Amino acid sequence: MTTALPPPITDWFAAKGWMPRRHQLEMVEAAREGRHALLVAPTGAGKTLAGFLPSLADLVERPTQGLHTLYVSPLKALAVDVQRNLLTPIEEMGLDIRVETRTGDTPSDRKARQRVKPPQMLLTTPESLSLLLSYPEAATLFVDLRAIVVDEVHAFAPSKRGDLLALCMARLSTLAPAMRRVALSATVRDPDVYRGWLSGDGDFDSVALVQGDLGAPAIVSILIPEDKVPWAGHSGRYAARQVMAEIETHKTTIVFCNTRSLAELIFQDLWAENPLHLPIGIHHGSLVREARRKVELAMAEGRLRALVATASLDLGVDWGDVDLVIQMGAPKGSSRLLQRIGRSNHRMDEASEAVIVPGNRFEYLEARAAVDAVEAGALDEDIFRPGALDVLAQHIMAVACAEPFAEDALLAEVRSAAPYATLSEDIFLRVLHFIESGGYALKAYDRFKRLTKGADGLWRVSHPKFVAQHRLNAGIIVEATMLTVRFKNGRGLGKVEEGFAATLSPGDTFFFAGMSLEVDRIDTEDLIVHATAKPARIPTYGGARMPLSTNLATRVRHFLHEPEEWSRFPADVREWLEMQQRRSVLPAPDKLLVETFPREGREYMVVYSFEGWNANQSLGMLVTRRMETLGLQPLGFVASDYAIATYALKPVTDPAPLFSPDILEHEFVDWVQQSHLLKRAFREVAVIGGLVERQHPGKRKTGKQVSFSTDLIYDVLRRYEPDHLLLKAAWEDARARMTDVGRLANLLDTAAERIVHSDVRRVTPLAVPVLTLIGRERIATGLADEALLIEAESLIAEAMRED
Amino acid sequence: MVPFCFAGIKLIALPQGALYWPARAALLVADLHLEKASFFARAGQMLPPYDSLATLADLTALVAATSAREIWCLGDSFHDPKGCERLPIQAQEMLRALTGATRWTWITGNHDRSFADHCGGMIVEEAQIDGLLLRHEADPREARPELSGHYHPKLRLTVKGRRVARRCFIASATKLILPAFGALTGGLDATSPAIARALGSRGEALVPVADRLLRFPLAA
Repeated sequence: MTTALPPPITDWFAAKGWMPRRHQLEMVEAAREGRHALLVAPTGAGKTLAGFLPSLADLVERPTQGLHTLYVSPLKALAVDVQRNLLTPIEEMGLDIRVETRTGDTPSDRKARQRVKPPQMLLTTPESLSLLLSYPEAATLFVDLRAIVVDEVHAFAPSKRGDLLALCMARLSTLAPAMRRVALSATVRDPDVYRGWLSGDGDFDSVALVQGDLGAPAIVSILIPEDKVPWAGHSGRYAARQVMAEIETHKTTIVFCNTRSLAELIFQDLWAENPLHLPIGIHHGSLVREARRKVELAMAEGRLRALVATASLDLGVDWGDVDLVIQMGAPKGSSRLLQRIGRSNHRMDEASEAVIVPGNRFEYLEARAAVDAVEAGALDEDIFRPGALDVLAQHIMAVACAEPFAEDALLAEVRSAAPYATLSEDIFLRVLHFIESGGYALKAYDRFKRLTKGADGLWRVSHPKFVAQHRLNAGIIVEATMLTVRFKNGRGLGKVEEGFAATLSPGDTFFFAGMSLEVDRIDTEDLIVHATAKPARIPTYGGARMPLSTNLATRVRHFLHEPEEWSRFPADVREWLEMQQRRSVLPAPDKLLVETFPREGREYMVVYSFEGWNANQSLGMLVTRRMETLGLQPLGFVASDYAIATYALKPVTDPAPLFSPDILEHEFVDWVQQSHLLKRAFREVAVIGGLVERQHPGKRKTGKQVSFSTDLIYDVLRRYEPDHLLLKAAWEDARARMTDVGRLANLLDTAAERIVHSDVRRVTPLAVPVLTLIGRERIATGLADEALLIEAESLIAEAMRED
Repeated sequence: MVPFCFAGIKLIALPQGALYWPARAALLVADLHLEKASFFARAGQMLPPYDSLATLADLTALVAATSAREIWCLGDSFHDPKGCERLPIQAQEMLRALTGATRWTWITGNHDRSFADHCGGMIVEEAQIDGLLLRHEADPREARPELSGHYHPKLRLTVKGRRVARRCFIASATKLILPAFGALTGGLDATSPAIARALGSRGEALVPVADRLLRFPLAA
């Protein structure tokens, strides 16, 4: 083999009694051939070392002092993993290689020193890399850069952070033409899409594809206590005792929950079923960083028997001794499930073990579908969309901060980033003018330009204050306004969204950080609490809700129509489907079942769309609006991943007009423009694009920061310049991420020929799981703000009246 | 539009955030903050340069709808003393048309204390008409009936899990605080201690909707 590693490295492997793995050597070979490389391998395959090995070999054979390799991870908390996979091997090999990290947490004096005297290997995040590129030193700093290694690429390439990194890589390739691009990915459905993304110009053949060996197949089972699956719910809370029993019989267990609030509830439930007082921890994105680090450390040192977690643990840190993963509630997608399963048992030769606890009967079908999909290796599709324009604006400003640029050259460079390959010159110029002076048709700000085009044809930042402003405000993640949850003594527990805090009053209780907390008072930035023994209400304080993937939805639809599959299901699930078959209809996979029935004076309609929670929410809004127009007097609706249920005073006799495609042109546009959806998207693009300054925590209270209501800016802009670049960007965002409009549009386009209307006398078995949401979920009504205010006034008047 | 009685005078709170005084055919507005966007553009935040146009267009429409003969602006009409000089030509024309057609009075506020007026109207610090004091900022020691602005009051409620926010009027027996009328002016929570201090007594938030005036009591 031509890929012999230099002695210090081969000696190290030998001393450990190891052999370099095939895919590790293939990564070295790709490097020797000067090719870009994508490594696709399951967790625990020595992926991180495989990413670094070529650089270590190169540094042994051709020692250099300058910055040699950049490692980019979506996570700030690189330390633990990198310690094990990089620093320890370097030390044990006796190599003289300097490795440093650079993130938002790095002290500024170290950052300044790194710009003039960089380490040979720098570990960083997309945002910190973008900031580094905004310094004039960037040109000399990166000139000898040999490689960029992008870790966990599957987790963020199709997002705005991926857009930013793609633009940074394009810039780096200009500064360091010899730089190789390397990415490390979990198992994905289509590696070629990622190769195309990595190559930049879409030529995926320029990227060597290295596949890791598959580990032993995972053992995934579905946990059903006493062979009974509940009718309703979506958390699996009923199985706390059985989950606890699994924890007791395993060394270390991770219990994954789909939302942060569920994680808190499950944690409480498990604690109540824990007579042995086994150490259990909780981990989610709303908790303060110190609390998360503490739990991660306890986990790494084997001091915890179980950790209740959310997507915050989907990435990164490898937990050596986890031997069981439990998924509470339905997994929502097979790729996600597979990655979660991979958290258990990192030894390749032993099978990972996982248990799914479905929350209700549909979730049972979904869990079964996920197990089948994992066994068949059928992963979810990754959806790449064109690069976001607000991210492009931020990047162009960063480039301008570093050095003057020519627009033609920059456009060519930007187009060499895959997400922007088809960017038109017109849009590019609009982005440029947006940065220059807001990009408005009314030329009011010529005196205040942030960028100026000089006589030499180059664009420059007009004033150093704009450079400082950019560095302070750059970044891709725009959080909702958050309040810190604190004890009276000042100790912080974590953060909750302002919207959740607004629903609380002193005396209210909620679960957080594994405790029941009672609210003392609410300040501008803090929610002051104390621990209490009182029971808490169910909180919803943040974290995204993952919709059901199309892949799993399709499998569930097939189950419904294929009774030969049912023998695999528990008896009560089977009876549920059999009764549905007798009493109503089980639709073919390509049909859209609509059931109507009366119940207790109300007329119900249940639509089994299987389009996921987001799309179903939108569908519910639109359908009730149209019912209103048709005089059916709708009272409200609820939505799940699988279905929507509307209830009204008058029956739906012909559902077809409710689902005609023109709903997208009329009600939909109208609804989205008035809704908070677009305004939220606008807020994000306004911050990322640099139109308004970012809210910096702590400054709100002191009043040092002027904040604008981006809602008002949105209203003015929509009124006077509806074609403005940022409105375009907000629309694209809302469309791509928030409503699953694509799924909705497909449903409505084909509804007419797919509808199967089943008008029955009373409620059907299939309808129960969604109907039980009424009264438990926040019920969405079509009521406008004004009607809500009128209702509030009369409520308050009634409550405040003396008898 | 439902009139209400303040200090013995019939007034109408308009959903657009202005106050109409039928007996005088007068329209009162507070906190226009004209040219707020261009003020921030100087510092690099390029807000849409249409805020003055939007505010003046709304005001023009209201003047036409109410046939108001006099206009009282209760201070902070410009975001800064130089604001009037930055008004786009089109906005200047709209403003001149308004000041030419009505009896127009600018009461100054903390943002536009010493502004030079280029578009007509008269500048005063305070005014007293038919027994009502008009000034920018409410004075808690003032015993006479007083109309003011300054605080940009906004009512924020959570109803059925939905958050609703509206510009509102704040009223006590002798004080009436108007909401901000400007297109880019934010709001201060109606329950904020600063408003309670200015009011000095128990008050209520008034929210005009299409055919009625909603009243929300505020804690003292």
